[in-house]
Amino acid sequence: MNQQGNKARQQVELAIEAQGLVKRFGDNRAVDGVDLKVPTGTIYGVLGPNGAGKTTAIRMLATLLRPDGGYARIFGHDVVKEPQIVRQLIGVTGQYASVDESLSATENLVIFSRLLGLGRADAKRKAAELLEEFGLSEAARRPLKNFSGGMRRRLDLAASLIAQPPLIFLDEPTTGLDPRTRNQMWDTIRRLVGSGSTVLLTTQYLEEADQLADRIAVIDHGRVVAEGTVDALKSSIGSSSLHLRVRDSQQMMLARQTVERVLRVQTSISAEASAITAPMGNADAVTDLLIALREAGIPLSEMSVQKPTLDEVFLSLTGSNTGDNAVQASGKEKQVEGQQYEYIH
Amino acid sequence: MSTFIKPGAERQLKNHSSFGQTLRNSLTMAYRGLLKIKRTPEQLFDVTLQPIIFTLMFTYIFGGAISGDVVSYLPVIIPGILVQTVITTSIVTGVQLREDMEKGVFDRFKSLPISRIAPLAGALLADTVRYTIATVLTFTMGYFMGYRPEGGLGYVAIAALLVIGCSWAISWIFAFFGVIARTASSVQGISMIVLFPLTFMSNAFVPADTMPDWLQWFVTINPISHLVTAVRDLTNTGTAGSDLVFSLIGAAVIVAVFAPITVRAYMRRT
Repeated sequence: MNQQGNKARQQVELAIEAQGLVKRFGDNRAVDGVDLKVPTGTIYGVLGPNGAGKTTAIRMLATLLRPDGGYARIFGHDVVKEPQIVRQLIGVTGQYASVDESLSATENLVIFSRLLGLGRADAKRKAAELLEEFGLSEAARRPLKNFSGGMRRRLDLAASLIAQPPLIFLDEPTTGLDPRTRNQMWDTIRRLVGSGSTVLLTTQYLEEADQLADRIAVIDHGRVVAEGTVDALKSSIGSSSLHLRVRDSQQMMLARQTVERVLRVQTSISAEASAITAPMGNADAVTDLLIALREAGIPLSEMSVQKPTLDEVFLSLTGSNTGDNAVQASGKEKQVEGQQYEYIH
Repeated sequence: MSTFIKPGAERQLKNHSSFGQTLRNSLTMAYRGLLKIKRTPEQLFDVTLQPIIFTLMFTYIFGGAISGDVVSYLPVIIPGILVQTVITTSIVTGVQLREDMEKGVFDRFKSLPISRIAPLAGALLADTVRYTIATVLTFTMGYFMGYRPEGGLGYVAIAALLVIGCSWAISWIFAFFGVIARTASSVQGISMIVLFPLTFMSNAFVPADTMPDWLQWFVTINPISHLVTAVRDLTNTGTAGSDLVFSLIGAAVIVAVFAPITVRAYMRRT
C-alpha cells in the first residue's frame, strides 16, 4: 500500500497513466494491452479506425467499464479502486450526445449541475453561463429533439465542463460535424487546455489529431502501434505522399523500381493494384522522379501529391493495411520504433 | 473557462457518497423524471384509463355472483382492484427504465461523481406520481359507484399511502428486470408472467374459501393477499392488524434485496 502511495505521488504530473489495459468481449479482445501516459495540461490524441478499441479504452479510463487486465490511474487514483474520486476529476463527452432528448438545453444543464452539488440558483446561473459560452442561449428553452448535430455536441461538451474537471475525455468530438462547426469545436478544445485542463480525444482523422494534439497514440486492433509527438509520427511517413498511375500496367514494376531508386523510399501498391504510393519528404524530388520516369520511357496517366491519409499512417506504422496487395513501407517503421514504447517493460 | 482550473493532483476528494448526497441526488433524478412526465403527458394514459375501466368491469362482472349485488361487493373489490391496478402500473417503471438506459444520457449519469443508486431511485421515486394518480382514480370511481368506506377519509388516505409505498418497493423487482433484460418488451413480458398469477391467486377479487386447499394455502402466504387485507381493514373498519405489519415488512425486504442487486446489475451493464 505504502509503496503504491509513493508511486502515485511521484507520478502526479501524469493526468493518465495506463499500463496493459485489457478488455475482452467474449473472444474478442477489444482492448489488448494498451499503455498510455498523458502529461497534465496537454492534448493527447488517440488515433485509430472504427473498431480499433478507442471507445472501449476511454470507457475504462472513465470508470464506465471495468478493465479485465492491467491498471489505469487518473491523477494517481486507480480507476477500479477509487472510481468515485476519478469521477470527480473527469468530464466525459461520448460519441453520441449524452444528454436528455426530451428535455430542453437549460433543463439538462440544470439537472447535471444539481447532481454535481450546485444549489438551485447556482445551477441556473451555471447553465445560463455555459449556454452563453457555447452559443446556445437562443435555443436554451427548446426541446433537444430540434437540435442539430453540432448543437447537441456543444451542449454535450458544456455538460462535461460544469464541474470544471481537470481531465476531459472527448470521444470523436467532431465525427459527423460540418467543417465550420468542427472548427468551432477545435477552438473550444484549445481554450479548454488554455485554462489548465488536460484533454484526451479520440479521432479517426489524422488532420484533427494534427491540429489539436501534442502527442498521439495510434491504436489498431486494441493495441498501441505507435506513440509519439505529431511531428515524429508525421516524419515517419513523410509529410505528404505521392500517388502515381502508369498508362501501361505492364510497366508497373519498372515504374515502382524507378520511384524507389530516385526517392529512396519503400513504395506500396494500392488496393486496386493500379496506383503506386510512396511517402515523400521533399517535394523537390518530384522533378528528379519525373525526369527519371521519362528517361525510362514510362508514360503516366495520373500523378498527385496528397497529405498522408490515416490508411497510410497505418500502412507505414503497422504494416497491416485494409487492402490485400499492400506492401508495407517497413524501412520507415523502424524509425518510429525508437520513439515508441520507451516506457514498456 | 475564464477561471483557471484547479489541478487534479491538488484536490482533496472522497471515494464515497454520503447519505445526504445520495438523498439529494435521488431527489434531483426524481425531478428529472417529473420533467419527463410533464413533457410527454401521454405516458399517463395507462394509469388514468386502467383504474376506470378495471373498476367498472370487475365490479359489474363479479359483483352479483360473489356478493349478491354490486354495492355490497364494493368493499371487497375496491381494495382488491386498487392493489392490482397500482402494482401493475409499477411494471411500467421497469419498461421505461430499460428504454431510458438505452439512451446516451445514462452514460453521463454513470460518469458523474453521484451516488450510484440515484439514477434508479430517482426514476422509481418519480413513478410514485403514477401510483398516486391510479390510487386516487380507483377510489374516486368506487365513490361514484356507491362505495362509502366505513373507516373514513383518514384511513383511506393511510391505505392509499400503504399501496403507493408497497408498489414503490415492488417496482424495484421490475427495475431489476428492466436493468438485466435486453429489450423493453421483454421486461413487459417477464413482469406480466410474474404479476398476473400473483394478483389473481390472491383474495383480491374473490374470497379464498371456495378455492381448493392447495390454492388456499398459496393465497394465504401470497404477500398480495396480506396487502389487500390490510387495505380492506383500513378502509372498511379503520383498523390496522398484522396484515399491515406483514405488508410493510414484505416491502422492506423487497427493497433490501432488490435495490442492491439492481444497482449492481446496473453498474455492470455497459
